[in-house]
Amino acid sequence: MYDKGKIMAGLAVFLVMLTLPFWYSAATGKAGVKPDPVLPKTEKKCVESRQYMRDAHMDLLNRWRDAVVREDRHIYVSQDGTRYEMSLNNTCMKCHVEKAQFCDKCHTYLGESPFCWDCHLDKKEVKGVM
Amino acid sequence: MLEKALHGSRRYWTLIGILSALSLVGVLAYLKQLSTGLVITGLSRDVPWGLYIAQFTFLVGVAASAVMVVLPYYLHNYKAFGRLTILGEFLAISAVTMCMLFIFVDMGQPTRVLNVILYPTPNSLMFWDMMVLQGYLILNILIAYVTFTSEEKGVHPPSWIKPIIILSIPWAISIHTVTAFLYSGLGARPFWLTAILAPRFLASAFASGPSLLIVFCLILRKYTKFDAGEEAIKKLSEIVTYAMAANIFFVLVELFTALYSDIPEHKHHFEYLFFGLHGHNALVPFMWTSQFLAVTALVLLLFPKIRNNFTYLFAICVGIIAAIWIEKGLGMVVTGFIPSPLGKVTEYSPTLREALITLGIYAGGFLIITVLYKIAVSVREELET
Amino acid sequence: MDESRRAFLKTAGCAILGAGLAAPIARAVAGAVSADATPGELTAGRWAIAVNVRKCLQREDCRACIDACHVAHNVPLIKDPLREIKWIWKEPFKDTFAAETHPYLEKGLAGKNVLVLCNHCDNPPCVRVCPTKATWKRPDGIVMMDQHRCIGCRYCIVGCPYGSRSFNWQDPRPFITTGIKPEYPTRMKGVVEKCTFCTERLVKGLPPVCVEVCNKVAGPGTMTFGDIRDPNSEVARVLKDRFSIRRKPELGTEPQIFYLV
Repeated sequence: MYDKGKIMAGLAVFLVMLTLPFWYSAATGKAGVKPDPVLPKTEKKCVESRQYMRDAHMDLLNRWRDAVVREDRHIYVSQDGTRYEMSLNNTCMKCHVEKAQFCDKCHTYLGESPFCWDCHLDKKEVKGVM
Repeated sequence: MLEKALHGSRRYWTLIGILSALSLVGVLAYLKQLSTGLVITGLSRDVPWGLYIAQFTFLVGVAASAVMVVLPYYLHNYKAFGRLTILGEFLAISAVTMCMLFIFVDMGQPTRVLNVILYPTPNSLMFWDMMVLQGYLILNILIAYVTFTSEEKGVHPPSWIKPIIILSIPWAISIHTVTAFLYSGLGARPFWLTAILAPRFLASAFASGPSLLIVFCLILRKYTKFDAGEEAIKKLSEIVTYAMAANIFFVLVELFTALYSDIPEHKHHFEYLFFGLHGHNALVPFMWTSQFLAVTALVLLLFPKIRNNFTYLFAICVGIIAAIWIEKGLGMVVTGFIPSPLGKVTEYSPTLREALITLGIYAGGFLIITVLYKIAVSVREELET
Repeated sequence: MDESRRAFLKTAGCAILGAGLAAPIARAVAGAVSADATPGELTAGRWAIAVNVRKCLQREDCRACIDACHVAHNVPLIKDPLREIKWIWKEPFKDTFAAETHPYLEKGLAGKNVLVLCNHCDNPPCVRVCPTKATWKRPDGIVMMDQHRCIGCRYCIVGCPYGSRSFNWQDPRPFITTGIKPEYPTRMKGVVEKCTFCTERLVKGLPPVCVEVCNKVAGPGTMTFGDIRDPNSEVARVLKDRFSIRRKPELGTEPQIFYLV
């Protein structure tokens, strides 16, 4: 190939830059900023397991939304049999209290802005808005 | 074939530049609407639809009018329209694209537009409108592409395109009928609750669309080597004449029912349009201008000596487009809301930003037409040398 | 393109497709929505309200129901009449009941204010025209709104013969001057809203807030709420005993708000 040396060198630089996040944090031990959502102090058990919530809390919220708004169903039976009222405001936020301390921590880190909060509110936000 | 749009005269590039700049202005104005909301328009609780939906209504008619060229040529072998069909199809593509853009900018939550497809609702005319417009766009792109590339290569188009072309004829009628049904099935709006709305829409479409096509043909004749043919343009002008006659007849017929029956619910809207209601008369001068232009245009078109003089024809066609644009684009939509269900008169006038977004979409549509017609012209010039 | 490169691309494409499809299948299992009724909720075959116009007119300046509703549901107070949002309000008799108004009507009645709100029609034109089913009719008769699905096309506003619906032309939050109630969501710009017969209260066994407040302020009988299909309900009995009319009955919408005139 023409200019083999330059091309190989360029590719090597590109690969180094591409994998920067991995080898930098491995080498220096610093992972940059890690999201630190504030967990509820009193309640240790969420509606579903931590792994499920991490994977699929949006799935759960969408199912809750359709059940409450569209089907007039308000009771959720979790995997372990506990019954909950399906409500972002009154169930989720009862324990997680402040969206800025919990939800936003991971969402901001990932550059996500879900539009839940265009309409739904937590008590702290209400005071801030007023 | 698309590369033909990349080589052009200074005039061509100036036109592209101006239209692109205007489109950009529209985009910037729309960004403001996206962030602030539709409050930047002149719309209100009593008049929820205005300039955007009115432009959509007018342009669906223009898009449907391609059938007036396709039908004679493909169904009745009227050879004189041979060079015209591609212009009609390209005009339809541009018009349908503008329609969809106008609906998009009118939505309060445009990011959710796919909900119409995700949750199909056959009882809603808006669902059907979206389906038939998409279908018509795909049909016209396919037909234009297949027939025009075949022509460029000097071969017959493949036989499977013929049934698709025939399909586009009732489809064209359907897009404008569905749009009319959007309005004419609503008990809440007696101004639109008339069976003649769909026929009126079609008549005005077949007057304004071919008029626009004539205007384009005459411009192309002047500035390029593309000549659609004298017979084709004359035949188009005859079609416009008949369509305009039907349109004016339909308007008179509507006026008769509303005014003779003297029923307030039906009368009030026409009173607002032509004489003003409770002192509100913003649309009165526009409506009289529109009717004057329409009647004058029709009378002039009746004389072959005038109709066949292409200088006069150009002016007449511009007049017809203006008349029908006022009738559909200004008069029809807003008047459905005046007076409101509770008897109030809330007038509507678009804001500057609303007008800029509208202008931007029109510029975008004309940009598409410029590019597509440039391709058609270049190919035709090549074929004729 | 030579065959081996083509084969590689085909295999790579299929592998990516397969990996993408496999992901949802590998999701953790979770619980389910219960089909049980919520304990204590109010249910009905057909909810309706009867408004006693004469009793309401005894307190001409009363806004108790309007204020209670708008505060409880975070309805913004937008002063510009072009963009105002209202779920329940008062309109003159001559505009509410144009067909029943004539030049020799009982003195003064034409100009007097009548309470108007969404009629929760049995044959709702707004539901018929909505392209996404963002508004629909529940089995208990309530015409409900799903603001998550609404695309803001405003076709429902166009289709409503009573002017009951409002659109959010801008973000409503700055206009909620009476204090936002966090238990009920606000709405975002670009969606339509209207009265929903307080579904969030019916689930808790409470009547709509307008009815509750009216009963407190004006005593029972001015606004009667109940299941019109239950012959023993207040509202059914009141309609049996008194003459009642509805708004624009000729349109066939079958409104479920009855006016005792």
